[in-house]
Amino acid sequence: MVTFQFIPYQEIEYLSSAKRVNKLLNVVKNNKIVIMEGRLKKQEEADLIEITMEEITPKFRGIEISVVNPDKGKFGGMKKVKAGFVGMLLGDRQGMTIIGPASIVKKIEQNPNKIELFTRENKRKRNGKK
Amino acid sequence: MVMFFRNFLNKLLKNFFNKKKHIKLGLYGPPNGGKSTLANKICVDWLGEEMSSVSHIAHETREINIKEQVNIKNKKGRELTFSLVDTPGIATRIDFEDFVKKGMKTGKAKKRAKEATKGIIDAIKWLDTMDSVVIVLDSTQDPFSQVNITIIGNLQARNIPVLIVANKVDLKKSNLDRVKSAFPQYPVIGVSAKYGKNIKQFYENLFKLVK
Repeated sequence: MVTFQFIPYQEIEYLSSAKRVNKLLNVVKNNKIVIMEGRLKKQEEADLIEITMEEITPKFRGIEISVVNPDKGKFGGMKKVKAGFVGMLLGDRQGMTIIGPASIVKKIEQNPNKIELFTRENKRKRNGKK
Repeated sequence: MVMFFRNFLNKLLKNFFNKKKHIKLGLYGPPNGGKSTLANKICVDWLGEEMSSVSHIAHETREINIKEQVNIKNKKGRELTFSLVDTPGIATRIDFEDFVKKGMKTGKAKKRAKEATKGIIDAIKWLDTMDSVVIVLDSTQDPFSQVNITIIGNLQARNIPVLIVANKVDLKKSNLDRVKSAFPQYPVIGVSAKYGKNIKQFYENLFKLVK
């Protein structure tokens, strides 16, 4: 069974960068897939990778992450201005971030209209062991 | 008005002092993109010796490698001197079992995994110290990975000039257009670091990158 945990942006909005990253990572380390409203700041994304590396053990092998963000680049003219204005109002609240433990999530692929999340097969189950 | 002149003066002084000092050119990217192969190509071409070991198993480079005083020249006789920094590949996951699958013994694989995690931490820490960065991507792989986007986003936030190298264009599966469409705001050059394809064009682009 795969468990998803939704984290609304307001839950992390006023946290410091370190607390945000730790909060997300703690959920992932409990073998849950985080679906977070909005996105982390660029520096926080790098911090997340850095802290993940510090926590790697033979049991915790890292994370898979994907950020779904409205692509401003594909708009033109007035739509671009509108998208820029919305971006200014919403900031990092726009889009969605998916983070899963590498032991469960093999890869996350983004196609224009869908997100594909590939999970790892459970070896024990496959071999018929408990 | 005073602020304007102060900023202008700061920028002028910064540019003046930056030009002469040590320029650090970093090679960044995901594991097995060919950073060390490219670093070796540059060093063999201009210094006559290699700088890093390469392997088909990911995370061969697990420490920052620096080659000081690399001096390159272009057709017009312009010269460019920089310190070349070859960094460990950045990834969000390290699984020692991946190394075991490649034929490594468990103990050695675990050691490699531990060193690889440290290498990634160092590579991220070193981002701040770079003057210019060449992102080396494997052009046979999907360029839209979050790691690539995170590295480039962090460089952009730090105002560090970026050149993207789509490596391994000698391979059938290579897709240069896909890399170009993934990062339309950056110069992208397709090369084969292993066979030296387009390498002169790459050097010309370095002159534009490191001003």
